[in-house]
Amino acid sequence: MPGRMGKERGRQERTPVGWMVVHGAIASAFGIAAGLAIDWFPQQASTQSSAIDHLYDVLIWVSVPIFVTVMIIVLFSVQNFRMRPGEENLDGPPIHGNTRLEIIWTAIPAIILVVLCSYAWIVLNDIEEAKAGEMRINVTGQQFAWSYEYPQPGGKPIKSNVLYLIKDQPVRFNVKALDVIHDFWVPAFRLKIDAVPGITTRYRVTPDRLGSYPVVCAELCGLGHSVMRSRANVVTRADFNKWIAGKKAPAAAAGGGAVDAKKLFTDGNGTATACGGCHTLADAGTNGTTGPNLDKVVPGMSSAEIKQSIVQPDAKIAPGFQAGIMPKDYGDTLSPQELDALVKYLGEVAGK
Amino acid sequence: MVAKFRGPGMYRAFLFTAYGVALAYGIIFLFRTWYGLDPVLKGTAVLELALFSAPLGFLVGLGAFSYWFYWAAGKKTLAEDHSGHGAHSWRDYFRVNTDHKVIGIQYVVTSFFFFFIGGLFAMLMRAELAQPGRQFVDPNTFNGLFSVHASLLIFLFIIPVFAGLANFVLPLMIGAPDMAFPRLNALSFWMLPLAGIMMLMSFGAPGGSFASGWTAYAPLSVTAPEGQVFFTIGVQFAGASSIATALNFLVTIITMRAPGMSFFRMPLLVWANFSTSLLVVIATPFIAVSQFMVLFDRSLGFNFFEPAGGGDVLMYQHIFWFYSHPAVYIMMLPGFGIVSEILAVKSRKPIFGYRMMAFSLLAIVVLGFTVWAHHMFVSGMQDWIRIPMMVTTAIIAVPTGIKIFSWLATLWRGVLHLDTPMLFALGFLTMFTLGGISGVMLAVIPVTIHVSDTYFIVAHIHYVLFGGSLFTIFAGVYYWFPKMTGRMYDERLGKLHFWMTFIFFNLTFAPMHVIGIQGMPRRVADYAEQWAGWNLAISIMSFFLGLSALVFAYNIIASWRGGPHAGNNPWRALTLEWQVTSPPPIFNFDAVPTVVGGPYEYGVPGAVHGVLKGGAEVPQPAGATASGSHAGASPSKDGE
Repeated sequence: MPGRMGKERGRQERTPVGWMVVHGAIASAFGIAAGLAIDWFPQQASTQSSAIDHLYDVLIWVSVPIFVTVMIIVLFSVQNFRMRPGEENLDGPPIHGNTRLEIIWTAIPAIILVVLCSYAWIVLNDIEEAKAGEMRINVTGQQFAWSYEYPQPGGKPIKSNVLYLIKDQPVRFNVKALDVIHDFWVPAFRLKIDAVPGITTRYRVTPDRLGSYPVVCAELCGLGHSVMRSRANVVTRADFNKWIAGKKAPAAAAGGGAVDAKKLFTDGNGTATACGGCHTLADAGTNGTTGPNLDKVVPGMSSAEIKQSIVQPDAKIAPGFQAGIMPKDYGDTLSPQELDALVKYLGEVAGK
Repeated sequence: MVAKFRGPGMYRAFLFTAYGVALAYGIIFLFRTWYGLDPVLKGTAVLELALFSAPLGFLVGLGAFSYWFYWAAGKKTLAEDHSGHGAHSWRDYFRVNTDHKVIGIQYVVTSFFFFFIGGLFAMLMRAELAQPGRQFVDPNTFNGLFSVHASLLIFLFIIPVFAGLANFVLPLMIGAPDMAFPRLNALSFWMLPLAGIMMLMSFGAPGGSFASGWTAYAPLSVTAPEGQVFFTIGVQFAGASSIATALNFLVTIITMRAPGMSFFRMPLLVWANFSTSLLVVIATPFIAVSQFMVLFDRSLGFNFFEPAGGGDVLMYQHIFWFYSHPAVYIMMLPGFGIVSEILAVKSRKPIFGYRMMAFSLLAIVVLGFTVWAHHMFVSGMQDWIRIPMMVTTAIIAVPTGIKIFSWLATLWRGVLHLDTPMLFALGFLTMFTLGGISGVMLAVIPVTIHVSDTYFIVAHIHYVLFGGSLFTIFAGVYYWFPKMTGRMYDERLGKLHFWMTFIFFNLTFAPMHVIGIQGMPRRVADYAEQWAGWNLAISIMSFFLGLSALVFAYNIIASWRGGPHAGNNPWRALTLEWQVTSPPPIFNFDAVPTVVGGPYEYGVPGAVHGVLKGGAEVPQPAGATASGSHAGASPSKDGE
């Protein structure tokens, strides 16, 4: 049975709101300071990133006091209103509600949220604004690699599997997927978009800092999802032009000079994805686990078998692995010389 | 022995499961022969059909359909002598039992079984993630682990454990002898373990378990190995179970309230389950559809999600999230109800703003259907839709805020009994606030563009589902444990469980916010070197978090077997379930009770909520008390 209401409860009846406001303000100050001091974000490398980081700081300013308010009330109640010995049958005062308070705590959060949404909308328009003279790059996601196409006026587009961007040059990425959904994310730019089979998605960015930044697949795409990473290199316009010129020139290096098969294995050739991303090979120092460990499966294979495993990966599958994971286009993306060098290299070093 | 296989029960259930498999073989054989297909028996086709026919065979064998079959065939139905009610030994929990209290316990125990398995999978994942590179499991197994972890904990734990607690408590709370459809109730329960076992069996499939996440995005799920169909079909059983239970709750609440139990005298747990059931009935068919479409794409060559055949990949996500966002509230509203009960009783005060608490639940139901595409801000859908989705997502924080502030006001000047259920309720209050705040951050599109699909999301959903839902589940289990078992749990172990859970939960999941924003994607078996330190720390803390669950398990099992007797109303609560014996009699009340006041009139001298006929209680007209406190905002004013 409910006990008697505790008129005699020896608690201070003075309102402690002032005390709580002071403590709440101090705690909020510490909380906000900590929230701003934490190094949340990766390096800023685009004009968009500073706007987004600033928005996040504003969210910290708003969020911390709200959390502190809840915590202070809970902690204060626990400390001051807890049942003390002898109060086992006591009840609290039968307060059923307070219309004014309820209106206040409905209206104030609603106003805060509408203001935040308006601010977010402005930031969104700002970061997605089209800029004059933007460069277009076609991005294609495929299990488990990214490839890039630079359309050339009046010529064949230049293909690459490393992304090169020019500092301060606005870019528009047109993003496609060949098999399943991927997500093209450069954390340093703060921007991402899904690569969706059947449609072209896009986003705009203006890189504003030289450097090399990770490109990450952010949408689960299968076995090799966690290793579907590459680099975005932001370079000067001069360097970019040099790189493009090198890509335009006939593949002299591949035709003439000797092929560095180990480098090919670890880095790819700019079109073909690097083998080492998915395969372990002690000599090359790679430790991918998406595909079979080459130190284990290659020894004992003939050159013809190694070659077939590269150009027709599904012809024979190592036990415990699935067909359809390894790209099937190495016959096209590797030159014949590169392919031979790779086969020779694997035959020599695998398992050694 | 033969009799055992002829009558309903486990023996016949397993026999009929085998019949179900045989039926699948037969149908596939016939059809493929007719069409001249080679081979006449195709493994995947048989498997996919058997995943429907074997569980149905099991249910028929168990006797879940017996009554309806007899009735439909015009045969004499088994006399309803109520012998199916109640449980007299542990065996009674392994048969079709129509007593809502037995079903409630079946639900809770089954879902905690899957809770421990799902938690174990989380431990395996954290072991793998303790260091970059590959340690224990290959990427395929890892993808399977997080997919099954999420699927089990969502579909086999959080959703059904709430249904189980409500199954036990809700009819008692509204003064009903049972649920409206007891046989449907039993069927709902028995579909559940089937769904869970199916999901676990997927690890034995060629190519491993389903590994496309609990979201099963097409086209990954369409092209995935055969393990995927264990999810696709398992979800159908879990979903059907949810829908049937929700219908049952709705009808029970609308038609079976005791005299005097107006809507605004219902305890908030009843309101919460009323709202949840509305969500379930409207939303759950959408996930069923999305998974059927995946199944048709996979096995019948449909092109719902195949662009080359005119399909639309984004359509999957829209249908999926049209269920799965309301599902977030399906996993939270019953917890709101539990916390409202506990905070009122343990603060010895009426719930502050009872009506707004009820209306805010309904507001969440309505708004919950308008925000689904905030899961798709980077999906490549049309740009403009993002803005209205951002606004509705932010606005849904308003009714949620009303609830938080009203709970805080309920604490104010109360007499707080800080025992285990109360500690978990307060833990929920603070941790769910954090999850809500990161939720508002995620509504803000520019921030979401950066953090979606990162560990920030992992942190957010665990603050909402672990710090939110699971804390309320623990609170509810401790709170109603004396009512369900008649025994009291060990308070010291309960407090130890709370503090271990609270501390290690925060140490495990708070750092995930940081690594997420720094750029670590979620659902990865391997990660860049720079996050090695954080991940090692998270893994170690998560193992301690795992240990805390063992304290809970020990406390519950030991107290159930040999805890001290609890008495009928150890919490001095007013709601009806505490006015009967512990555990309650087979039909709950000897006579239908009469409700005369609000459910939370603590501190009102002489107030009662319900009057049990034949009890010692003398009816007290609510308005006759000297305090006059039923005036003003008191809910008890209505329905007089």
